[in-house]
Amino acid sequence: MGKFFAVVLTIIALVSAVPIVMHTWWMPPDISTHGHAIDEQLTDTMAEAGFSFLAAQLLLALFVWKFSERKDSGPIKSLPGGAKGLVIAALILVGTEMLALGVLGQKAWASVYFTPASPNALQVQAQAGQFAFYFRYPGADGKFGALHPDKIDEGNQNYFGLDPANEVEARDDIVSGELAIPANREVLLLIHAKDVGHSFYVPELRIQQDFVPGLDLSVHFTATKVGRYEIVCTQLCGLGHYNMKAYLNVMSQEDFDKWLKQKASEQ
Amino acid sequence: MKVNQILMSGIAVLAAATMAVAAPGGGTVSGKVTYEGTPAKQKPIDMSKEPSCAKAHATPITTEAVVTGEGNTLENVVVYISAGAPDGATAPAQAVTITQRGCQYVPHLVALQVNQELKVVNEDQTSHNIHPLAKANREWNKSQPPGSPAFTEKFDKEEFIPVKCNIHPWMHSTFAVMKTSHYSVTAGNGGFTLPNLPPGKYTITAWHESYGTQTQDVTITGSETKTISFVFKAKPY
Repeated sequence: MGKFFAVVLTIIALVSAVPIVMHTWWMPPDISTHGHAIDEQLTDTMAEAGFSFLAAQLLLALFVWKFSERKDSGPIKSLPGGAKGLVIAALILVGTEMLALGVLGQKAWASVYFTPASPNALQVQAQAGQFAFYFRYPGADGKFGALHPDKIDEGNQNYFGLDPANEVEARDDIVSGELAIPANREVLLLIHAKDVGHSFYVPELRIQQDFVPGLDLSVHFTATKVGRYEIVCTQLCGLGHYNMKAYLNVMSQEDFDKWLKQKASEQ
Repeated sequence: MKVNQILMSGIAVLAAATMAVAAPGGGTVSGKVTYEGTPAKQKPIDMSKEPSCAKAHATPITTEAVVTGEGNTLENVVVYISAGAPDGATAPAQAVTITQRGCQYVPHLVALQVNQELKVVNEDQTSHNIHPLAKANREWNKSQPPGSPAFTEKFDKEEFIPVKCNIHPWMHSTFAVMKTSHYSVTAGNGGFTLPNLPPGKYTITAWHESYGTQTQDVTITGSETKTISFVFKAKPY
């Protein structure tokens, strides 16, 4: 019976490794300039974790095969190097793995978070609130109007709390329910939470960034492929979380200019 | 907007029918609500996050904070008697209905009496969560998944209650809870009629969600019809 379990264990371990090795449920195609670094990091992580997983499972199967039918209930003394040696070896192995992932991953992380956006990046403010995203472009003057939470009037589409009656900067701000951006131009997304924690996630863009109430965060990226992609909230934010989404619309520069003009006329 | 008007006139007829029983005959106050100036531009609503609702509108609907008609008339103004009306109006047995259709509240404004039943209907293929932001009344919010039955609620104090949907931030309505049975909501032509008023001095108030209130005093003697008008100042911002 013990030998049968050892065989079953081996089969389960090998079969579950197949979809990971074959990339059966992999990420959607990358549409960003930095995404390849993230993908490499993911591949490295999967390879290391997968190797450790298989090694642990096969070792377990070996032990089951070898020791399950022992008659003697005393401690096993014939382990290579003894139990203490195995624990130390495992610690060194796992420690090295974690350290290696960290060192290698620093490069991918730094390309998004440790380098500032270029000065001529397109600035867009993203606001998350229960349960929708809204995006704001500074308009012709290049300046964002100030935010006044007391002026928020959603029935009037004033999701950001702008005060166009008293502030000229706010009058030409363009507010949109979708995030339209030109392809191949860097975008600096200014992250603003209206109420609770949310998260901005576009799998194709390889970007996931939390919104934290009270913190002005930012993230920058360059999209390379024209198309429409889903933006989803990946931070449980309340009753309507399942329904909190928007769309990222990557356009040619020409289409983007047209879109921006059209949106400006609607404000 | 047509359905809106039909519903509104339905409510007006009902209100008139109730009043006919309570106070037959008497005078009438009627008139028109208009604006001067430039009203704020109503913006198209982006419903892309709710595809079933986006599909329901061939062209995107706009916000309804200021709805105007030909000749500068103002829609969705509640004109009511705020002082001088005989007290003790009982709530009509008939419920008024607010429908969530295409991720929009239809009608945009619901006027009802204290303790009159309000029926909430969801016709959409998506969940809604209706949330009247009441201050004088008890505040509540209720989820309504698609296909779930209508429910009813009542308000026991007079109040203009802003209403929002907790799931779709663009959805907005007002419940105008009236102490009096003498009220009228303007349709596209800006007209209102308050019939069956016994002789006396009355204060007539006109309320608009963006422009606030205006009042006028009117004295009714006999069965005359007094014509008054309200003009709101509109600002682009």
